[in-house]
This record gives sequence, structure tokens and C-alpha cells, in this order.
Amino acid sequence: METGTTKKTEEKKTAPPSPARAFFNEAGGIALFLGQTARYTFSFPFEFKEFIKQCYMIGNKSFGLVGITGAIMGVVLTIQSRPVLADFGAEAMLPKMVAVSLVREIGPVITALICAGKIGSGMGAELGSMKVTEQIEAMEVSATMPMKYLVVTRVMAATFMIPLLVIFADTLGLLGSWLGVNIKGDVNIALFFSHAFSSLEFIDLVPSIAKSFVFGWVIGLVGCYKGYNAGKGTESVGIAANSAVVLSSLLIIIVDLIAVQVTDILS
Amino acid sequence: MTSSATHTIENTQSAPDNSETVIEVKNLKISFGSQDVLKDVSFNLHKGENLVVLGKSGSGKSVLIKCLTELLRPDSGSMVVLGKTVNSMDRHELAELRKQIGFLFQSGALYDSMTVRANLEFPLTRMNRKVNKEEINERIKKVLDNVGLGHAIDKMPAELSGGMRKRIALARTIIVDPVIMLYDEPTTGLDPITSREISVLINDVQEKYNTSSIIITHDMDCAREVADRVIMLKEGQIVAEGTLEELEESEDEWIRSFFGKN
Repeated sequence: METGTTKKTEEKKTAPPSPARAFFNEAGGIALFLGQTARYTFSFPFEFKEFIKQCYMIGNKSFGLVGITGAIMGVVLTIQSRPVLADFGAEAMLPKMVAVSLVREIGPVITALICAGKIGSGMGAELGSMKVTEQIEAMEVSATMPMKYLVVTRVMAATFMIPLLVIFADTLGLLGSWLGVNIKGDVNIALFFSHAFSSLEFIDLVPSIAKSFVFGWVIGLVGCYKGYNAGKGTESVGIAANSAVVLSSLLIIIVDLIAVQVTDILS
Repeated sequence: MTSSATHTIENTQSAPDNSETVIEVKNLKISFGSQDVLKDVSFNLHKGENLVVLGKSGSGKSVLIKCLTELLRPDSGSMVVLGKTVNSMDRHELAELRKQIGFLFQSGALYDSMTVRANLEFPLTRMNRKVNKEEINERIKKVLDNVGLGHAIDKMPAELSGGMRKRIALARTIIVDPVIMLYDEPTTGLDPITSREISVLINDVQEKYNTSSIIITHDMDCAREVADRVIMLKEGQIVAEGTLEELEESEDEWIRSFFGKN
């Protein structure tokens, strides 16, 4: 079974490895974890009830924070961009520019980074705590596969919920932008959205939503990996939560870089 | 064994039959890095027997029972549990075997995010997906009454004391009617009165459910209360085996020191 093997591998560590070795250990560990997650994702029966619960937890816990952040992003982006566009006499382009920036790039990335902090750390801490207090082993002896029950459900829930949160953040971001425009002007909301959407095409949405799925998957996978492989003792829980945020944030930026390149090539 | 029980458990199974071996361990070895934790350990557990494993902290006691449920994979040796070789099982066979083994963890390992009711419901529904709500409620009530904590059904684990957590954890293991019980230091961290209550409950479970048990402990009071037979582990090896009375009479200095006779 996977836990026994993982645990033994972990306990076999006796001295701190060199940085290069630690990097390859980590990369190998993530690859192995990824393989196990993929394997259990497609083994039946799927833990649907737990998946729905995790979707609710992720959405319910994050939508307030994501919404507020999205709205503020919209306001700030509008206020910051207005003088630059005004210098070129292109103030009328403001809704279009904000919409493209938010939907294509800022919305998905900022939302993902916030969720890495909120959801990724939560997963790392929760699973780390379960590992330290033997709850994962208790689950295993209850004829339940923890990889399937705890990990697959969380990874899938994050994968499906982050795009919804991104859409929510984008929407509030555009509303925030409309508010920002109205600080120094008087623009009708219908006119604002009409301008904003005229610059967006379906092809703008596809890469944005597609990379949001990948961001969600990265957040779930890294959070679960760090928690599931936490060491012994309560200190490990903090380390798991912290490293989940750091690693998933870094991977989000790397994935975004790749996604931008791929989109550029394809378009 | 002492049979006086604080909480009487209803009899559900037949009388013990000591002739049958339920666990047979041969030449078990496991090491972590350069440290050999278990070195060539062999022993049997008979049906209806309470086998106590004594030893100092770090002698490999917990590792031993974790190997029996494949929570840890040994380097070599064979383990036959209920007639099935553990080492060669696939995960479905292992899951089936685990349904017959109750494991009381040192920390209790109650699921923090679930109420007591949900903690008890979890193994029941996981091991038998066809069980109906009425039966679930009936069994939860029965095991909670057995451990004297019927009033705690809607509490969260964080609201319970250490002793209560252990008793709920014990209820969670017996709710699925296990054939074998594995106790990992069941009285560690508890006051003497609660420790004795847990020891009495261990005896009750053994007598009424006819379970065969391995009890890992270094609590001599608990060992005296529950042991039919004792094996002593020292640095990953069995150094003595017999009844508690036999071991107490041993001339070996280390064994004598364990019983406080130096």
C-alpha cells in the first residue's frame, strides 16, 4: 500500500541530504505522488460525497476573499491606468484594457495565488495534522484508501473550483473597474460592460479558464503532497502548510509563463 | 486476568478456542536506514488470547503491530494473519483483512473534523456500504453505552478528555466486530484510574467479543490487568516469553529491572 511505502521511505532518511539531492528527492516525491493520485482518480468507486464537501469548503471559504480582491484589483487597475491612457487621449479604451488585462492574466493569476495561500496552506496543515496524529493510518486500517478519500477528492475539488472562483473574481473585478471609472466620470454600467466585452473574444476566455484548471490542480496537488508527506511532530504541520504555499505559488507563476507562451504560439 | 468491568459489554460471540493460531509471525525484520528496528522476530497469537508486548520506548513494539496491518512494510519475514499471508496480498485482499482487525492507536487518532457519531459511523459505512441508517444508529448507541460515553455522541474530539478520546477510539474499533485487536500503548498519557478503566475495557472486549489481542505497552499495571502471555522486546529482538508470573521470576537482570526488582 502506498502509505507504508511512503512512510518507510520518509523514515529511512537519516542525515540531511545535499541541496541537489533534496531537489531531486522532492521532484521524485512529487512525481510519485502525482502518479498515485492519477491512478486513484480513475479507480472506482469515486468518493463523490467527499468531493462535493471539498468543493463546498473551497468555494465557501474562498469566495469572499477572492471577490473582495477581484473588486479591488479592478478599481486599482482602472485608477492606475487612467492617467497613462489619458496622456495618449485613449481614455475611452479604459474598459477594454481593464477587461483584457483582468480576464487574460491578472484575474487567474492573482486568484490562484490567493487560493494557494488560503486553500493550499489549509490542505497542507489539515493533512499534515492528520498524518502527525495517526488519523491517516486510522483511515487506512478502516479499509479506506487515504489517497483516494483525502487526496483525490481535494485535488479534483481544487481543480474544478478555482476556475469558478476566477470567473467570480473577474466579474467583480470588472464591477470594481466600473466603480473606478465612475470616481472621475459618469459612465453607465451597460455602456461600460458593452465596451469591456467588445474587446473580449471567446479565444481570450479559453486559455484563461484552461490555465485556471491547471492552477487549481497545482494548488490541490502541492497542498496534499506537502501535508501527506509531513514529518513527525507538530512543527511539521507548520512546515507543510508553509511549504505548500511557497511551492504552489512558484509553480503557478511557472505554469503561467508556459501558458502565455503556448497561447502566443497557438494564436 | 481481571474480569471486573466498569462498563459491561454485551456478549456477541462464542467462547475462546486457544488451540487456533490467528497470527503467526516468522523471522520478521525491518530497518530504517542503518537502524535495525526489528531483528528476526517470531511469535504466535492464539485465538481468544491477550498477548502483551513489553519493552522500552524505541524497542520496535509499535513498528511490530504496524507491520501486521501493512502500515509499514517489513524487509523480510512472513506474517500469516487469519490464515492469510500478509506480505503477498494485493490491496483488495489487504482491505478485506483489515476489516477483521481493530487498531487502537496510541493517540486515539479520532478524526478531528468529525463528531463522535461521525467518527463511529465512518468505519462502519466504509467497511459495509450496504448498512442502513437504523442499524448504524443502533450500533453506535450500543458501543457508546459499552464504553460509558453515550452522552458524548454529538461532541467533537477536541471537547473530550484524554481518557474519553481513548474510549471513543476503542468504541470505533469494536463497532465493526473485529476478530483481532491491536492496542498501541492504550494507557499512555492517562491517569491511573482512567488507565485501569481502559485495561478493564480491554478485558471486556476480549471476553465478550472473543477477540484475540496484541497489547503494546510499558505500563506494568495494564500488563498485569490484561496479559494472558507476555513477550519482551529488547532492541528489536524477543528476549523473553511466558506468563507475567514466569517473567517476574526471571533471573535476567534486564527483565528483573523491567519489573522494578533491581
